[in-house]
Amino acid sequence: MSALLSGGITFALGCYAVASVLVLVRLIRGPRAQDRVFALDLLYFHAMLVMLVLGIRHRSDMYFEAALLIALFSFVSSFAMAKFILRGEVIE
Amino acid sequence: MNQVPLWVEAAVAALLVSSGVFVLVSAVGFLRLPDFFLRMHPPAVAYTFGSWCVALAGVLYFSMIESRAVLHPWLIIIMLSVTVPMTTPLLARVALFRRRAAGAVDIPPPLTPPRGP
Repeated sequence: MSALLSGGITFALGCYAVASVLVLVRLIRGPRAQDRVFALDLLYFHAMLVMLVLGIRHRSDMYFEAALLIALFSFVSSFAMAKFILRGEVIE
Repeated sequence: MNQVPLWVEAAVAALLVSSGVFVLVSAVGFLRLPDFFLRMHPPAVAYTFGSWCVALAGVLYFSMIESRAVLHPWLIIIMLSVTVPMTTPLLARVALFRRRAAGAVDIPPPLTPPRGP
């Protein structure tokens, strides 16, 4: 792996880390519940991107399945929480 | 396991760097914009460009490593393009519903009139 690619990977991972910290600030500050749900969805998304980039870094396919699972859990949890805020229950 | 040519590594690095920049910009917008409805827009940049760049980098790199067309990172793009348009409008409806319930005046009225008893 050349220095170019490893530098790009490190830069991307650093960007994801900084972006996750910014989103975490929004998650803590709120102000309303929908902001927190959206911030949690974005944190899941950043974790999924980190998994994909680590898969490129270690030349492994296993990270891809973890990324797919994280995307699935992100959808289910955000949808369930939004539904709960909207209607008061998840499944009516 | 093949040796990857330099231009492929450069292309993958450029895709990863642009994905990182897109995600960072969207996170800054998500933190700084003042209202929830404004705040919903910057993550769309990350959801589209961020995931597309990373998935295309994965497709390019693994195809070059294994000397065959490795297309499974497209599943990430397909999955996000199905799920994100379901969660974000639902969250927008959540925000609208809660503001209506709180009695805000600067929001549009409901499209259908409320059902009476």
